[in-house]
Order: sequence, then structure tokens, then C-alpha cells
Amino acid sequence: MKIRKTLTYILLGFWVAVNIFPIYFMFTFSLKSNEEIFGQNVIGLPKQWLWSNFTTALNTGNMALYFLNSILVTVASIVISIFAAMMATYAITRIRWKFSKLTNAFFMLGLTIPIQASIVPVYVVLSKLHWLNKYTTLIIPYSAFALSMAILICTGFMVEIPTALDEAARIDGCGIYGTFFKIILPLMKPAYSTVGVYSFLQCWNEFMFANVFISDSKHRTLPVGIKALSGQHTTDWGPIGAALVIATFPTLITYIFLSRKIQASFIAGAVKG
Amino acid sequence: MSANGMDKEKRKRRVHDGIAIFVFLLPALLLFISILIAPIAVSVYRSMYDWNGFSEGTFIGLDNYKELFTNGSIKFMVSLKNSMILAFFSVFVQLPFALLLALLLGRAPKGERFFLSVFFMPVLISTVVIGQLWLKIYNPDYGLLNRFLDFVHLENLKHVWVGEVKTALGSIIVPTIWQYVGYHMLLMYAGVKGVSTELREAAMLDGATFWQVDRYVVIPIIKPIIRVSVIFAVTGSLKTYDLVRILTEGGPFQSTEVPSTLLENMLFLRNRYGMGSTISVMLIALCFAFALLITAAFREKDNS
Repeated sequence: MKIRKTLTYILLGFWVAVNIFPIYFMFTFSLKSNEEIFGQNVIGLPKQWLWSNFTTALNTGNMALYFLNSILVTVASIVISIFAAMMATYAITRIRWKFSKLTNAFFMLGLTIPIQASIVPVYVVLSKLHWLNKYTTLIIPYSAFALSMAILICTGFMVEIPTALDEAARIDGCGIYGTFFKIILPLMKPAYSTVGVYSFLQCWNEFMFANVFISDSKHRTLPVGIKALSGQHTTDWGPIGAALVIATFPTLITYIFLSRKIQASFIAGAVKG
Repeated sequence: MSANGMDKEKRKRRVHDGIAIFVFLLPALLLFISILIAPIAVSVYRSMYDWNGFSEGTFIGLDNYKELFTNGSIKFMVSLKNSMILAFFSVFVQLPFALLLALLLGRAPKGERFFLSVFFMPVLISTVVIGQLWLKIYNPDYGLLNRFLDFVHLENLKHVWVGEVKTALGSIIVPTIWQYVGYHMLLMYAGVKGVSTELREAAMLDGATFWQVDRYVVIPIIKPIIRVSVIFAVTGSLKTYDLVRILTEGGPFQSTEVPSTLLENMLFLRNRYGMGSTISVMLIALCFAFALLITAAFREKDNS
């Protein structure tokens, strides 16, 4: 009995170390000079806290710009996909019509379709329209790819709202549109954060579309920016570490405070998928 | 007269509803069709062309598909093999380990929340960041791995990890598995926690051990979740791109190419947009085929 308990904790403890250590390593080498990293102080805390790595990454590495680009693209994609998903879910679950189930199934195709599926035609069309290297080049595809999951999660929340509310609203003279804006949207608050968390990580970390569609440095998002930075600073590890920390810490800090909510949103996204 | 009026009223309402449905679906349909559905149709169509992306192109039927499987210099079979190796390790190493962690945490040890939260953390980090981080671990001169081997006097095990044909694929597989164990664990844990405590206690009263309870009570109940995990693991392996781009760029000697990196090469290195479309179509087909196959396999097992 006791042996098994000890073994359990040894295993769990080992896996904690394996998970924490690379992240700890990233934070410490972001504050070290090459001498320390390559010398005797590989994994210890930095002897000299070299904050200049962060200024190098932010200024000459342009990470400040990429950070803002990532925020802009991510927020815009989330807003668009949530709004489109709310409207579609309303039409599918609250209005009675023949093809509502079929429409829902149609949107659910998006859960299995890989993002790679549309990359060739979308690239050709965008480059013919001279639409590469803009924020919207990423925002529109990101919104589209976040849509299926958003509809799936919204449906789960919307069917929980009793239809008696809609009927009461109708009697009080609220039309279909009024019911949506005044009754349904305010009641869907928990859905916003669940969808938001899921879409945030999807857009914030997306690399393939960003790498293919964005070639000028002005519109790069963080993942592409990091790749570019590591290409320039192949020998200087500190600034690269700083860039990695800059790209990661907003998510990790949010996670520390909202871990339950974030985990719940991933579970909601997978259980029906 | 009044019946007629009611009919009119009904029709008016139906038209009104129809317009509302259209309005509410419009933004989602526009996005979904223009970015997902129409491009797939175009991909299928263009996969039958020899096309450089800008000219008209020439119709060549299924020649691209034939070439994909027979022309060794395209490396499609290599890329498929790599994806399948990755899928194998995901399904048979990553998922069992995730299940083990989920079951252990399901027994409510001390610090359950802490362990759960730490194990899930790598999922939140961008794969590009993970890739860069592991590049620093694999670095032949200063990387942690080789320096550790120096430290324990196993110098003969040192490698240029991402640069040697023998070790390159392995150095992609390890971070992938490491990163997503937590994801699968979380899904399975949610399932394990959903098993009612009475059911567990009843089994324990009948003299079942922890392992027996897990094996005969918990695992059968969370089977649907395991199925979802298997589907995610396999389709995820087919779609791999980020880590390969960051760690090896498909090299050395194209030994670690995956379908997605080949797809990108077709566009930017070879200007073969027709062939690129063919790879896209194959990817979609494979993802759907595996999803259906896995679902069927789980159903088969249930029946027998």
C-alpha cells in the first residue's frame, strides 16, 4: 500500500520535473550571457541578470511589434468568429426549420478538415488580389478555422437556455432579432470565455498560415517573428530566450490565474468533437 | 375568409423566418465557404492539373496522384512513413502514458490540482517556442543533452541530434509527445472524474483493487474519450508542420519531411501548385479516412 503510494508520487514528481524544467531553462537562459550559457552555469540561476537581452529582443528583434501584431490578429479573429458563431448557432438551435440539423453537420466538417487543406487555393487567390502581407490576410482564415469549434461550444451552451424565454420575449413584442440581441447574447456570457480561450490559443500559436502568407516584417506575428529572430541571432542565445519568454508569458500568467477555466474550455472543445 | 387570413399570416411568418435564418447564417457561411469549402473544391479540381499557379495549366487527370506515389524524388512516401511513425508513437506511447497519469490523478492524490495544472502547461505554449527551446537542448556543442552526456561520461552516445539521419526523426517525436501528453491526460482525466464515486466504492467493496477498478470499471466508461484521443493523435500526426519546420526543415537529405512541409515546398521551391493541391487533397482524405477507420475499430471492439 505504502510502496504503491510512494511509486505514484515518484512518477508524478518526475513528470512535473520533465514539464517544468524546459520552461525554467527558457526563463533562465533568457537572462544570461553566452559566457554563462556556454560556460559552467548552464542550468543554474543567472549570476548576472542580463535584462538587456529583453531590450535587444524588443527593439532590434522587433518583438514589440510582433507582439502587438499577434494581439491585433488574435483579438480580431476571436471577435469575428464568436459573433459569426453566435448568429449561426441561433439560427440552428432557436429557429425551427427543415435543414437546421444538416447545416450544423455541415459546419462540423470543419473540425476534421486540416488547415493545410485550403492553403494552396487561398494563397493563389490572395496573391492575385494582392492581399498577402496584410492583417486581414491572417484574420479572415483564422476566424474561419475557429468557427466550427466555436459553433460546437456555443450550441452546447445555447440549448441549455430554456425556449420558454424566447416565447416570453415574443409575447412581450420582441422579434427574432430583438430576442437574439436582448435575451440570448447576454445569457451566453460563459460561452464567450470558453470559445475565447480556445480560439486564443489556436490563433496566438498558429504558424503555418502566418509563415506562408506573411513575408514582410511589418505584419509578422510572434511565431514567425521568433523564427526570423533565431535566423539572425544564431549564435546569441540570450535574445532568443527573451523572445521565447515574451511570446509565452502572457499565456502562462493567464493560465496561473484561470487554470480551471482554461482546462474546462479544452474539455468542452473535445468531449463532443 | 378567416382560414385564408390565417394561411396568409402563416406564409408571412415563414418568409419572415426564412429571411432571419438567412441573415443569421450569412457571416458564418461566407467565412466557412470562402475559406474552407470552396478552396477544397478548387484543390480537388487543380489536383488534376499540371499548374504553376498563374497560367491556365494543363489537365492531366490522375497523373499527379500516380506520380505522388511512384516518383521517389517527391518523397511523399517518406513523408507518409514519417507521419505514421509519429502516429504510432503517439498512440502507443503518449496515450497510454496520458491514461496512466489520468488514472493516477483520478484517485485523488494530494496535490491533484497542482499536478493536473503543471502537466497541461506545455499544451499552451506555441510549438514554435517549443521547437526553439528544444533546438537549444539538442545543440551539438552547447546543448543540454550533449553536455549531460559529457557529464555522465557517455560521450559515445553524443549526436548531432537534428542533423543526423539516424536521430533527426526521433528528435521531432520526443518534443511532440512531451508537449501533448498533458492534453490527452486532461481529456481522459475529465472522463475519469465523471465516473460516479458510488460505482467505484461498490467495486472496491467487492474486493477489487485499484487497478481492477480502473481496468474493468473506469476504462470501459471513458472509451469514447479514448477514441477521440486516438483520432486527435493520428490526424494530428498527419498534420504535423511546426516542429519539423523549426527543428530540421525536413532534413537531413529530406529524411524528416512530412506531408505539410512537402506541400509548402511544392509551392515555393518547385512552383508545382497542381502537385501541391494533390498533397492537400490526400491530407484531407487521409484525415477523414483515419477518423472513420478508428471510429469503426472502436465500434467493432464494442460488439465483440
